[in-house]
Amino acid sequence: MAELTRTEFQALRAEAEQLLARQKRQVLVCGGTACIASGAMKVYDYLKAECEKRGIQISVDLKHETEGDGIHLKKSGCHGFCEIGPLVSIQPQNVLYTHVKVEDCDEIIEKTIIGGEIIDRLLYKGQGMTCLNRDEIPFCKNQTRVVLRNSGLTDAEDMLEYIAKGGYSALEKALFEMTGEEICKTMTDSGLRGRGGGGFPTGRKWESVRRNVADVKYVVCNGDEGDPGAFMDQGIMEGSPHSVIEGMAIAGVATDATEGYIYVRAEYPLAVQRLKAAIAKAEEAGLLGDNIMGSGFSFHLHVNRGAGAFVCGEGSALTASIEGKRGMPRVKPPRTVDQGLWAKPTVLNNVETYANVPLIVLNGAEWFSNIGTESSSGTKVFALTGNVVNTGLIEVPMGTTLREVIFNIGGGIKDGKKFKAVQIGGPSGGCLTEEHLDMPMDFDSLKKVGAMIGSGGLVVMDEDTCMVEVARFFMNFTQNESCGKCVPCREGTRRMLEILERIVKNEGTLEDLDMLEELSATITETALCGLGQSACKPVISTLKHFRNEYLAHVVDKHCPHCNGSPKVLKIDPDKCKGCTKCKRNCPMDAITGEVKQVHVIDTEKCIKCGACVSGCPFGAIQEV
Amino acid sequence: MANGISMARVEEIIDSYGAQRSNLIAIMQDVQAEYKYLSVPVLELIAEKLNIGVAKVYSVATFYENFSLEAKGKYIIKVCDGTACHVRKSEPIYKALKAHLGLEGKQKTSADGLFTLETVACLGACSLAPAMTVNDEVYAKMTPESAVELVESLKKKEESANG
Repeated sequence: MAELTRTEFQALRAEAEQLLARQKRQVLVCGGTACIASGAMKVYDYLKAECEKRGIQISVDLKHETEGDGIHLKKSGCHGFCEIGPLVSIQPQNVLYTHVKVEDCDEIIEKTIIGGEIIDRLLYKGQGMTCLNRDEIPFCKNQTRVVLRNSGLTDAEDMLEYIAKGGYSALEKALFEMTGEEICKTMTDSGLRGRGGGGFPTGRKWESVRRNVADVKYVVCNGDEGDPGAFMDQGIMEGSPHSVIEGMAIAGVATDATEGYIYVRAEYPLAVQRLKAAIAKAEEAGLLGDNIMGSGFSFHLHVNRGAGAFVCGEGSALTASIEGKRGMPRVKPPRTVDQGLWAKPTVLNNVETYANVPLIVLNGAEWFSNIGTESSSGTKVFALTGNVVNTGLIEVPMGTTLREVIFNIGGGIKDGKKFKAVQIGGPSGGCLTEEHLDMPMDFDSLKKVGAMIGSGGLVVMDEDTCMVEVARFFMNFTQNESCGKCVPCREGTRRMLEILERIVKNEGTLEDLDMLEELSATITETALCGLGQSACKPVISTLKHFRNEYLAHVVDKHCPHCNGSPKVLKIDPDKCKGCTKCKRNCPMDAITGEVKQVHVIDTEKCIKCGACVSGCPFGAIQEV
Repeated sequence: MANGISMARVEEIIDSYGAQRSNLIAIMQDVQAEYKYLSVPVLELIAEKLNIGVAKVYSVATFYENFSLEAKGKYIIKVCDGTACHVRKSEPIYKALKAHLGLEGKQKTSADGLFTLETVACLGACSLAPAMTVNDEVYAKMTPESAVELVESLKKKEESANG
């Protein structure tokens, strides 16, 4: 580990800035999980090999300078617009190519990299326009990117490039120009609230830990992004791992904590790899470890992998898991700030929260509080998915309306269908409907309507989605993930799931709906942890906004979304002899026809009792 | 050796973590990364080395979804059933694979020992929904047909390698 003084750090930054400024020709291949799944690394490897073959000088990091005409080939963080990946952006032409395949690479090298020419067929085409680069694509230009500002534009794995763009300067400022109290106050003044779901003021949390006296304190980062349909933290950890590390180190400075843990879910192997590599680089440079920048402050960071338990996203379960135990929540108080990891005072924040910290320290509390709404400042990253035209990671100021997100950024509903609802906050959140489209999305407004921002998953559902099925889906998820410690959650969610399964199969009763409501109220009130307390939110909100869909399952025994268009009884004209028996049997007078003439059923009047079917001597009546 | 697991190697893994109790999860993860499951002798060895009860080790191993106490197939298929994949119809993919692999009831591994079929809550590849992984490689925008095709191509690869 290198000792790095403050002066040396400043020299390093100046050098990095110069190197970056000198970089004229860049090729950035998106290295996010989704683009890799679409084949981005094959594109990267091919470009690298082919350029080398053609004698074009390539460098893969900032330090490595090329002479004259060389190009910098980088793996960038996630652009967010994963659907059109793999993405390749090329400077100085400032062009973004979409859906790039290995077969396109030769043409890209010849025409764009060497010739400076733009290949039209690889540009983004959508919503009636062709876009040269990210700034022109409606999905991207309608966003405000703060946390994700560098994602897609810089090399995710290059620490020097992070430093050149102001990275670790906030840590420098925190170490040398601010007291712990001042850092906490800055966080409080900025209005930063926890991005993990609860929305607790970050400054207040830090201040509590700062005031606690203990031999050792901890900083923990919750990267156990378990909400299905959410991948904001994945994007940040993969795209800008150093911003999370820097944010945590600043939390350490503020609270006098010297050990940090990042808990990442096992399903994100790339995030784990990038974080570990970033920590190693920061340690090597002397930006983590003992006596950082000669300040006397030491901070050590470790990465823990989760092992597949949603409940570990809950604070006390997460710290239990880091300790190597079953990840089960415990009764609070004592709160994490007093007795967290190994029963020591612990700052526990979410990935996105930490990623905001360096910017607030550098730009000041006022800058941050000017973004967003009064009670919810800053931006929020959302994962926009489901039945929407453009899916991906987006960042908008707090208070942006759902309509702007779904229609301006998301491009509306897929296949021209109608919007029905959006599930916000995963299985712990609720659904928002058409009436909420113009409501500002911030912590408090959402809480008022029984939803929550949660970690930021937005799953859009179109008119063909059955909301009862959606509620069953979430209850199935929560039931599976219930840790089993407290009875309301363990038993209650199981009973609710049974009822919902019955209803989906059209075997439910009206009493079942009352039972769902009663169980929801009890579980919400009595469950031990946040997971249990919010487990019923999807049921409560669908029952409130889409009761008619429950009734379709329970009363009509026919859901148009699950069971297709309703069946009707029809008389086969080839088989009907006109005996009039069905007409006489029908209790609704729905059948008309003269003797020895083909009879017809009026489907409007028909109640499908089946009396005609069983009575017909010729088997002429069938459900179609 | 027990069921192809080298106890010496397991011991090495435990020692690389300084035999610390707090590293129980990481130790089991590393063992499973190599052998795809945790056998009873493995759990017993870990307990002994960490100086904790076997029941403690067992309780942690069974708490977390990722740990398996049963041997798995050569190819582990995980069909994502996160919300985004679910609303873009991931369930038919799971059902098609299950039928194609001839899995019944709670059976997860195919009779030939090649494939293990599981679901996963979310892979974070929501914009490419529905997604699935085979041994951690992500496959995007799947359909029941393309999933079955993928399995078939893996089967063929195995057959030609063996024959």
